[in-house]
Amino acid sequence: MLEIKNLKARIEEKEILKGINLSVNNGEVHAIMGPNGSGKSTLASVLAGREGYDITDGEVFLRGNDILELSPEERAREGVFLAFQYPVEIPGVNSTYFLRSAVNQVRKHRGEEELDAMNFLKLVKAKMKELELAEEFLKRPVNAGFSGGEKKRNEILQMTMLNPSLAVLDETDSGLDIDALRIVADGVNRIKNQNNAQIVITHYQRLLDYIVPDFVHVLYDGRIIKSGDKTLAHDLEEKGYDWLIKNA
Amino acid sequence: MSSTTVIELANDITNAFAEITRIGPSMLPLRQAGLDRFKRSGFPTTNEEDWRFTSLKPFTEIPFEIMTDSGEQLLDQAILDEIAFSQHDTDNLVFIDGHFSDQLSQISDQPEGVTVSNLASAFDIIDNKIGLLSGKDENPLIALNDAFFTDGAWIHIPANHSLSKPVHLVFLSTAKKDGQASHSRNLIIAESNAKGTIIESHISLGHAAASTNVVTESQLEDGSNLEHIKLQDQSPQSIHLASLHSNLGKEARYAFHSFALGAQLSRNNLRMNLAKPGIDCMLNGLYMTRGSQLADHHMIVNHAAPHCDSHEYFNGILYDQSRGVFHGRILVQPEAQKTDAKQTNKNLILSEEATVNTKPQLEIYADDVKCTHGATIGELDKDAIFYLRARGLDTKAAQQMLMHGFTGEIVDRIQHNAIREELNELVWSRLENEHNLN
Repeated sequence: MLEIKNLKARIEEKEILKGINLSVNNGEVHAIMGPNGSGKSTLASVLAGREGYDITDGEVFLRGNDILELSPEERAREGVFLAFQYPVEIPGVNSTYFLRSAVNQVRKHRGEEELDAMNFLKLVKAKMKELELAEEFLKRPVNAGFSGGEKKRNEILQMTMLNPSLAVLDETDSGLDIDALRIVADGVNRIKNQNNAQIVITHYQRLLDYIVPDFVHVLYDGRIIKSGDKTLAHDLEEKGYDWLIKNA
Repeated sequence: MSSTTVIELANDITNAFAEITRIGPSMLPLRQAGLDRFKRSGFPTTNEEDWRFTSLKPFTEIPFEIMTDSGEQLLDQAILDEIAFSQHDTDNLVFIDGHFSDQLSQISDQPEGVTVSNLASAFDIIDNKIGLLSGKDENPLIALNDAFFTDGAWIHIPANHSLSKPVHLVFLSTAKKDGQASHSRNLIIAESNAKGTIIESHISLGHAAASTNVVTESQLEDGSNLEHIKLQDQSPQSIHLASLHSNLGKEARYAFHSFALGAQLSRNNLRMNLAKPGIDCMLNGLYMTRGSQLADHHMIVNHAAPHCDSHEYFNGILYDQSRGVFHGRILVQPEAQKTDAKQTNKNLILSEEATVNTKPQLEIYADDVKCTHGATIGELDKDAIFYLRARGLDTKAAQQMLMHGFTGEIVDRIQHNAIREELNELVWSRLENEHNLN
């Protein structure tokens, strides 16, 4: 699914990613953990194609195709989805209109028929019910005035509707209470199948009680310094990062 | 302005005055007083604080010619069918170059007691009401209008009555020569608990540097509720000068929406007097300018009584070398406790050469009030564009969606569903055209 080879990126003169190597196969969930400033969010942004990063070395293949040359919208249409750490408020843009445009862009690219207003509403309402989002959400402008938890659930709703092959969740758990965390995790678990993969970036082990990872990676100073299975997350919870950093 | 210019203009104006006085002899005292006032003041200049950002030179440097006849003979119904809102079920009062067109106007059966007519047909009944609300304003353009107005709308909704359908005031300019000027005058009286929706459209059919100077007085008595939508969509050569003077009674509701899309120079003076408690007054506007257009909204909201809300929302989208001006003065008098006044002015600048002057001005003499204001001037939000692109929309679609959202904030405040929909489409098609060109 995803193959990252020796990826190096900088912002202005500062090197943030210093050679990332990561392989994600179909059907897998990978967790990326690490202290603040280690490069987790930069990795997510670079995968989604955010401007302002200078890629100095390395390659990123999605199903065998190099995506680093693609625009953010082309990556999205190819099946990359970034759940934003800080979803952007867009006053004046109606949520229904936005989401239907996005869904139809992606469907068009996949050669699927675009959804008309009625079928779209039917589908989105069913998904919203699963995420315990009130229907009045659809009438509100995108993320405008939403609480932190509502914004994160809205990200998961978009992910569900777009059905990406690779979802990157950037600290989707931050600021969520335990109920919201469960709803968000359920949303991720529902889309999980043998043809897609998820990368979950988090500070805390508690999300990984709900979204069980196949692999856990520790990112520190722009490199993955340790990989393991889900027990690594428990070790980090107990011992922190210091024991790894000393050895790095 | 040099003194020579004043004399030349005064000659122009004196000659024009001789022609105008044959319209409505009972208006003569008002006209004469207006002319005298104007002769003393002359046109405002940018030395005056209220006109600091807006020069009237495009208006004052062209000859002054009153359009004593209308170009009605040139028009037929087909032209009306082309304009915005014509497909809705409205009553229409049509004015061509400031003159009422009986032939093109259409008034259905409004409820008994409701008056929807042209002002000139009622001069003898209402002569003492004209100028009641605008009379104290020192703006020389009002003096000029007092002297030269030809006609306009007269709408009177008696107590506990409602307009059975929206009234559409259509002001068409057929001017073909630079300097041709039309002066219109509207009077709206909504008595206690009266309701209605009024649309005001200003459209030019020619491409001359012609001017429109319109003064509207609206009196909203206790408990009345008026929605007033103004669309200024004149040709890019024309000059549009307007002032609205409103006096609101107890618990009155007034929503005034201004869409300033056309004209080389447009200026809207809005003067709202919140005279009694419990009023809700909204001024909501959108300006979209390109080329060398200038759109100016200049408002004074006077909170003279407690427990009143006033909201001003103005968004602007500016291309090329165009300019936007927003001046929002909120005056809270000592007795106006529990005032809730909000003001925002947001501007999207889509060219390096476009400029905006925004000037909020809060003067608060009461201590228990809530007053907020905010102004932004900037480009499209880059984070928002990335967010939309990360969901599969291309850059252009993302920009359009953000601009649509930006205009939607204003359009969505129109309460009348069909009118809101039509304005949404009109604004949207302009944006799409505009954005394709850029």
